[in-house]
Amino acid sequence: MTSEHQSNTLIWFGELTSRRALRRRGLLHITPGMFWILMFLTVPALALIALSFATRGGYGEIEWIFTFENYTRLAGYGMFGWSPDYLIIMARSLWVAFLTTTVCIALAFPLAFFIAGRPKSTRYIWLTLVIIPFWTNLVIRTYAWQLVLSPDLPIAKFAAVLGFIPAGSPLYPSELAVYLGMISAFLPFVVLPLYSSVEKLDWSLVEAAYDLYSNKRRVFMQAILPQTLPGLSVGAILTFVPAMGMFLIPDFLGGAKYMLVGNLIQQQFGKSRDWPFGAAVSLALMILTLVGLFLFRRKGEEMEVV
Amino acid sequence: MTSSRKPILIPAVAFGTLAFLYVPLMAVASFSVNNSRFGLTWHGFTWKWYLELFRNEQILEAVGNTLLLASISTVVATVLGTALAIGMSRFPWSKKSSAFFEFNLYMPVITPEIVFAGALVIAFASLRYFSSAFEPGLLNMIIGHVTFQIAFVALVVRSRLAAFNNEIEEASRDLYASNWYTLRKVILPMLTPGIVSGAMLAFTLSLDDFIISFFTAGPTSVTLPLYIYAEVHRGITPKIHALSTVGLLLTILLVVASQKISNRFNEKERDDA
Repeated sequence: MTSEHQSNTLIWFGELTSRRALRRRGLLHITPGMFWILMFLTVPALALIALSFATRGGYGEIEWIFTFENYTRLAGYGMFGWSPDYLIIMARSLWVAFLTTTVCIALAFPLAFFIAGRPKSTRYIWLTLVIIPFWTNLVIRTYAWQLVLSPDLPIAKFAAVLGFIPAGSPLYPSELAVYLGMISAFLPFVVLPLYSSVEKLDWSLVEAAYDLYSNKRRVFMQAILPQTLPGLSVGAILTFVPAMGMFLIPDFLGGAKYMLVGNLIQQQFGKSRDWPFGAAVSLALMILTLVGLFLFRRKGEEMEVV
Repeated sequence: MTSSRKPILIPAVAFGTLAFLYVPLMAVASFSVNNSRFGLTWHGFTWKWYLELFRNEQILEAVGNTLLLASISTVVATVLGTALAIGMSRFPWSKKSSAFFEFNLYMPVITPEIVFAGALVIAFASLRYFSSAFEPGLLNMIIGHVTFQIAFVALVVRSRLAAFNNEIEEASRDLYASNWYTLRKVILPMLTPGIVSGAMLAFTLSLDDFIISFFTAGPTSVTLPLYIYAEVHRGITPKIHALSTVGLLLTILLVVASQKISNRFNEKERDDA
């Protein structure tokens, strides 16, 4: 671009125009949408930072008394000494999100390759089969797991025969139920982007790797994985971010023992009406999510290099 | 090829995975025609839970709210998101402003929804100092939905914008077309497939949303996901099986219809080319 004092007119898409007119027109395009996001997401999210240092009043109102108390409470220090409850919830959220993402990736690979291997005419039917649960409401899908794991149905009966649970009781709330709900909820989020990478795969590289006597593991790690990394990282992000903040699935399938950070935040903004603490937990979640994303990305880059 | 070396394993895992996705949905659908009010033992076939849906005023109201919310927010978000996408990629912004726009655009994508919902609670609480219009209810829900929809529409339209080059726009301007004329007759027609798929994505995101709605809804603006959530907390009822099955069938319809639409666009493009 020419600098400000050189000339005030420039040629833009074949049109002779002034810099100022161009900027005005550009702002006209951008301002409404940008203003909306700023006003209702970015600025309030920044306000969460300030709020996390405020105090909750006796009736759930906010008192602007600066304090670190919300953070020390999150770290476990309370009226009755130290307890690791909140730290356990955070560690569990990170672990559940990480494991969910990993299992989804492991299951998504065979499915993506299977669909890509179908004849062109039937491929879209298989894809549709993945898209339908993807578009089905999460409340419905999560409730569906409650139903499948209820005491009158074969899975819970079988588990009772094996002695895992008392006869006549459901398989939820349990850790297993949370994982089942999570994995089935996010699986399509990994399969769809991964498939678009697999579809474009350059098979000649795979053949070359075999010709050069690579074993299967090396073929996968060096000829297939690097090519599918773009789709894989999109899928991982689409799974990891919402899994970190999930509150519906643990609410339906986990019970109080398997609470995740999402449930904690929901409690603070809902029943407990403790917004300052809710803000502190939200920030902790945001930071954990960003750290997790960073780790996934680092791992992705390393794989590319190997 | 790798897949031909182990012909059994990959299809087996693929079928297993698909079954894993569908078994719960099938279970819901089959219990929706079970003639038993309590428990899950089979008591014969019935349509009566479906008939009950159409007589239940709460459910009908929830359906109305869901569609109203999705339609209004999609229209608003599509207009704003399209303008945003064009504005971001067709003007010579400085690096700094581009980075700022980019950051805001990705905010709704990288923020866990529950944090987003908390931020909205804060925003509306502050706005209530100025106007009582921001009491929890439909307006708040529309605002909340538009906020995340804008970003997704803009991202889809932008990828479409990146797919074609500037030559046609340049040609239009070389022939003395005004900005408005170029926008209407050149840019928008070329963008239509992107705008349509962006709008469809926005619409389904709205139908799907639970968390944002949960935090912004008022007593008169209950949507279907919120209704089902509340009912499940009250205990399992056959009505919920019927309602969920209707939801599932509508989803299937929507998916098939949208694929038909996008297929038609693709064919048309191939014909045009």
